[in-house]
Amino acid sequence: MTAFFQSLGMSYEWAWFVSTIAGILLIALPLMLGVAMIIYADRKIWAAMALRRGPNVVGPFGLLQSFADGLKVFLQETIVPSASNKVLFLIAPIITFTVALMAWAVIPFNSGAVLADINVGLLYVLAISSLGVYGVVIAGWASNSKYPFFSAMRASAQMISYEVSIGFILICVVLWAGSFNLNEIVADQKGHVFGILNGYAFNPLLFPMWVMFLISGMAETARAPFDLTEAESELVAGYQTEYSSMAFALYWLGEYANVLLMCTLNAVLFFGGYLPPLDLPFLYVVPGFVWLLLKILFFFFVFSWVKATVPRYRYDQLMRLGWKVFLPVSLGFVVLVSGYLMFTRYG
Amino acid sequence: MIHTIAFYLFATLVVASGAITILARNPVHSVLWLILAFFNAAGLMVLVGAEFIAMLLVIVYVGAVAVLFLFVVMMLDIDFAELRAGFVKNFPLGMLVAVVLLCEIVLGIGAFRAGALHLGTPDGSAATAVGVSNIKAIGALLYGRYLFLFEAAGVILLVAMIGAIVLTHRQRSDTRGQNIGRQIARRPEEATVNVKPEVGKGVQL
Repeated sequence: MTAFFQSLGMSYEWAWFVSTIAGILLIALPLMLGVAMIIYADRKIWAAMALRRGPNVVGPFGLLQSFADGLKVFLQETIVPSASNKVLFLIAPIITFTVALMAWAVIPFNSGAVLADINVGLLYVLAISSLGVYGVVIAGWASNSKYPFFSAMRASAQMISYEVSIGFILICVVLWAGSFNLNEIVADQKGHVFGILNGYAFNPLLFPMWVMFLISGMAETARAPFDLTEAESELVAGYQTEYSSMAFALYWLGEYANVLLMCTLNAVLFFGGYLPPLDLPFLYVVPGFVWLLLKILFFFFVFSWVKATVPRYRYDQLMRLGWKVFLPVSLGFVVLVSGYLMFTRYG
Repeated sequence: MIHTIAFYLFATLVVASGAITILARNPVHSVLWLILAFFNAAGLMVLVGAEFIAMLLVIVYVGAVAVLFLFVVMMLDIDFAELRAGFVKNFPLGMLVAVVLLCEIVLGIGAFRAGALHLGTPDGSAATAVGVSNIKAIGALLYGRYLFLFEAAGVILLVAMIGAIVLTHRQRSDTRGQNIGRQIARRPEEATVNVKPEVGKGVQL
């Protein structure tokens, strides 16, 4: 894109600057629209599984429900509790929202179509997703209220626990791809199994890693069945209890953007990202971002499906799953995968 | 140009947030400023091309260590009057520590200036070769030249971790834990019993 702006007669620096801004807008604006539609989809899927109709009033099939909700929330009054720490109280949702958008910079939407094609792409994703916990923790503390505080405690413990196993799972992927760059990781999955299946998930050594990544992803984004940070039966609404209006909407958007990011990571790391599922020439006629979008939507359906069907975990069960099951198993697989690669590839 | 601006931006923010970390009255604010300092230090490392170290700094310090700090500090019951009460009493001790630290810094810089140490000069000789990524260069060094030291560090950390667990672990017999394996292994036949009591007799369990 820089070259295009240079051809308009800009100097290299300005062309780079303008193309970066344009790239950010090109990712962030469709993402916001996507989040609005995905909230609608989530409610529809959830409703269908509970034999309800879901939103069906605003617009055709209720498609405009999210925008109506957004408008309603926008017109509400922002209430800041008098006993809260006001600056931090308002910064917290901004952190959540910003962090949810930041990680998208390194996601490849098509071969080479990535905003920041950096060497340490996967580490960047890990670093940014580890920042997500601050939005919740700061909100819980700054609200100066009991339930948000409990929620913040739970969130920090939960996210740290599952980040550890996610880290080990990603190491397995990185070992196999030989690169931290997401574009190279996707390219390496081309014809990965039998020269025809695109994606690490079809590899028997990495398939268990994908299952664990999917579950850890749900825990990391605090989605049901691991939504203990906002368990309404125990904590009212968790860290969001004291929030209203746009501050609340920012949490809402940030949360769904994070869920979409997890779906995208599943698609990019284990299901070949922008590659078609089978390595057949005629499938490449369909543009790469369509394949990526289809995979993201599929994984989002899985997330909604789980949310609609699986009951919430108890907190000690959550911790047990993270530390006593996922951590040893993923650690074992790091040894197994590196041993296998040492034997076959580098031996 | 943008490089210089970015450097001064990050450097100013590191120094400023470091200073506010010490000066802030509220410990939670201190931790948050510390996090900002870490974050900007990572920015500085990206500027010099050490992106791997920068990402590790964010993942390890911002993502894990500082969260635990925040976790502990948030639970403190902060009494500001008590915090101020100790100030006069501890002031001389604090000054003493500050003077010692200042002397050490002056001595260190003096020794470095005198040329007693050969720490290398920033002429770019330590930079990685063009085309070799940061991670590969570090990996080649750690697992090649410094393999023994690296593994020794790993063993020391392992021992420290086990030590910490052993020291803080306590066997508690008064709490009821859940044995998931036993629960799953339980079958209906051994958990339930069918009885047919006579009317008015009740059941002996």
